[in-house]
Amino acid sequence: MTKKKIRRQNAVTYGIVILFWAVVQLMDRTGNLSSLFKGLLVPLCMYAILAVSLNLTVGVLGELSLGHAGFMCLGAFSGAFFTKCMDAAIPSVGLRFFLALILGAAVAGFFGFLIGIPVLRLKGDYLAIVTLAFGEIIKNLLNVLYVGRDSSGFHFSIKDTLSLGMDETGEVIIKGAQGITGTPRAATFTIGILLLLLTLFIVLNLMDSRTGRAIMAIRDNRIAAESIGIPVTRYKLTAFSISAALAGAAGVLYAHSLSTLQATSNNFGYNKSILILVFVVLGGLGNMRGSIIAAVLLTALPELLRGLNDYRMLIYAVVLIVMTIFNSSPRAIEMRSVWMEKLRRRGQGKKEAA
Amino acid sequence: MAEKQKTMEQAGRPAKNGTGGAALALEVKNLSIAFGGLKAVDGFHIQIEKEQLYGLIGPNGAGKTTVFNLLTGVYRPDTGRILLDGDNITGRRTIEINQAGIARTFQNIRLFKELSVLDNVKAGLHNHCRYSTAEGIFRLPAYFKAEKAMDERAMELLKVFDLDQECNYKASNLPYGKQRKLEIARAMATDPKLLLLDEPTAGMNPNETAELMETIRFVREHFHMTILLIEHDMKLVSGICERLTVLNFGQVLTEGETSEVLNDRRVITAYLGE
Amino acid sequence: MSFLSYFISGVSLGAVYAIIALGYTMVYGIARMLNFAHGDVIMVGGFAIFTVVSTMGLPPLLGILAGIVVCTVLGVAIERVAYRPLRGASSLAVLITAIGVSYLLQNVALLIFGSNSRQFTSVVTLPNLVLADGKLTISSITIVTIVTCLVIMVALTAFINKTKIGQAMLAVSEDRGAASLMGIDVNKTIAVTFAIGSALAAVAGALLCSAYPSLTPYTGSMPGIKAFTAAVFGGIGSIPGALIGGIVLGVIENLSKAYISSQLSDAIVFAVLILVLLVRPTGILGRQIPEKV
Repeated sequence: MTKKKIRRQNAVTYGIVILFWAVVQLMDRTGNLSSLFKGLLVPLCMYAILAVSLNLTVGVLGELSLGHAGFMCLGAFSGAFFTKCMDAAIPSVGLRFFLALILGAAVAGFFGFLIGIPVLRLKGDYLAIVTLAFGEIIKNLLNVLYVGRDSSGFHFSIKDTLSLGMDETGEVIIKGAQGITGTPRAATFTIGILLLLLTLFIVLNLMDSRTGRAIMAIRDNRIAAESIGIPVTRYKLTAFSISAALAGAAGVLYAHSLSTLQATSNNFGYNKSILILVFVVLGGLGNMRGSIIAAVLLTALPELLRGLNDYRMLIYAVVLIVMTIFNSSPRAIEMRSVWMEKLRRRGQGKKEAA
Repeated sequence: MAEKQKTMEQAGRPAKNGTGGAALALEVKNLSIAFGGLKAVDGFHIQIEKEQLYGLIGPNGAGKTTVFNLLTGVYRPDTGRILLDGDNITGRRTIEINQAGIARTFQNIRLFKELSVLDNVKAGLHNHCRYSTAEGIFRLPAYFKAEKAMDERAMELLKVFDLDQECNYKASNLPYGKQRKLEIARAMATDPKLLLLDEPTAGMNPNETAELMETIRFVREHFHMTILLIEHDMKLVSGICERLTVLNFGQVLTEGETSEVLNDRRVITAYLGE
Repeated sequence: MSFLSYFISGVSLGAVYAIIALGYTMVYGIARMLNFAHGDVIMVGGFAIFTVVSTMGLPPLLGILAGIVVCTVLGVAIERVAYRPLRGASSLAVLITAIGVSYLLQNVALLIFGSNSRQFTSVVTLPNLVLADGKLTISSITIVTIVTCLVIMVALTAFINKTKIGQAMLAVSEDRGAASLMGIDVNKTIAVTFAIGSALAAVAGALLCSAYPSLTPYTGSMPGIKAFTAAVFGGIGSIPGALIGGIVLGVIENLSKAYISSQLSDAIVFAVLILVLLVRPTGILGRQIPEKV
């Protein structure tokens, strides 16, 4: 693809996101938005960001990670923690949220870097299981973590509130399995879309740069990349950390859309990581627009099927299987190319006849 | 043609004069490696002068590619010294060795398949046109400046290898012969002092082979490049190599002027058996 | 004494993991795919046994037999319908399909049995073993589990080394292309592998649910992940590796539950896995295959 073509493609992707925002705004103004759909808007942005950021690791770097929810969890907790701690120091909710986003991304990115150093030496399924393990460890640790603050500063414990040993001014901020309560619900659809646009900006520009080329070169052929002097470990870490940081930002967004943040298996378990991976694979590896569309459709689908109640997840599962087979099965690919050829011939035939 | 010549001179490095023919581009002494008791390469030595076109030949399994892997740091030698342009590079990592000035191609082509032809070469320019990740993401002036320089440099190289028409193709969509050429172009982009070619004509038809032979000669002349190549095609070897080293069972069987070596009884025996 | 008792029940839990891990390891070795739905086959086995024993009131042995039949048929059917069309596709695509199958099994079970947990009646009706004047009690299910696991290991090793189809399995796992050139029916061999793995999943389901008797559509999920971890830990593709990985994992899990924190036991298990993989990147008994340049 030429530079021009890449830029045009990217512009279309930004355009789709902005158009989606405008349509939703319009529907909201005219009162055509159901409350069910309204509740979905922030999660839709969140999943789109998560999918795009995971695609950086899986599609662009070519390493399978099943721990994305762990980074999201780190971002969510550090962001919510910051917002709770600073409610006196920074009265503006918006500013606090903004700073929390930066902090959450930084914390998740830092952990991505730390974990990446030992882990990125592993390959394929081994890397997958280790990232899964890290995600579970992060979730479990946050589940038993108690943090409180009193006049003498912060107190930590992994047992219970009492063992924090605070004086009477003490306030528990992170309460083990009960998590963090009372975070202001500052996340709006518009903020979510802005964050998604920023994520796209970072990832798409990265891909079309010296660093992105190095990362994709490593994906396509590590040995050849080394032979032309590309430092493999450094660029793997760069991609992995940026991916983790963006997941962290999505986590902060998530934390600020709930009144209670808990590190449960439903929120941040490996199943969540897998769900995001599904978006990435169905949307197409390295295809950011596809990731966003898959994330939005597959998040909205079970909700829109709510009328079918018990059958909705069943349908979801069947859709997943059928779509993957249709997309990737060698025979399906062959059949598709045969059809395309037939269509093309028919089109030509018509032209000639005319 | 005149125009083509000009672009080539721009793309090439300035010729190194002075020391003349006597200066060694590569000197290897007593290089050995064993894999689980098997001595794959044993006491290998070679001396290549600047701008020489040198051939490394030998029957299958003689250890030729292992020598390349030792020279480029894929394997760490058990014994021996490797001097590139007088610098001791023994035991360095692949990346450092490339930065020191050795570039290579691979027996089984290793291109960046999903990248465009142009981007393959631009990846080779990685260490020559620099800007940071942040400058790239936020599109700061350094990005535009370096990208422009990279595009120009890469297109010059592609022209030399007659690949400029295909610069926007996906690398894996190139025909086989052109893929081999692209691999050489990518290696040349790293601006090496020594170019290692691992069976550059493997799998090519006679026409493609003849064309590639011209290209190799061309690269040597216009970039003033020192080239060491592994080859099985004796016509090619006798056509372009000035000196040869013959490897058999991991050891140097003989070395010398191409015509001498190819007429050596031992060499014929090693290839054809008793 | 309490240490010994925790240790033994850890070995027993590990034996269940080992039986499940066999399914992962064999399928991975032969089809090079991560069968994410394997854990849910265990759950299906559990419900099959539950239906036969608790609902229909038939003897437990018949229940286990029914469970094995159901799981075997299910495993082969899944392979035929969902995985075989993707032979030759990217391993990620296969992984996603496996995830789809996992969701499918969970939700079918949810439709039939609902989300409330069912009380599973133990399939083992033997008395508990009391040692050292009542200071140490070992439950019968613990003993049965460990013995079953050992029997399965021995039988499976013999099957693979002594029978023709076992040898075919080895050949396919070594080099699928070469095996098919030698006249081995690759599809059939993979189907047999799935059949064996799924039958073992039914046995694992019976043992798991007897020891931890609450049965829900999500019962298989976490043990599945743990067993997969065990398989990786021991070196995926290796049968003794699955045994070692399973037992080590079970013991670590039980001891950390008893002595450190029940909430952190999973974290500890996963941390040990990470440490092992950092020292030995392909697991304890895994083979390292260097990339040829």
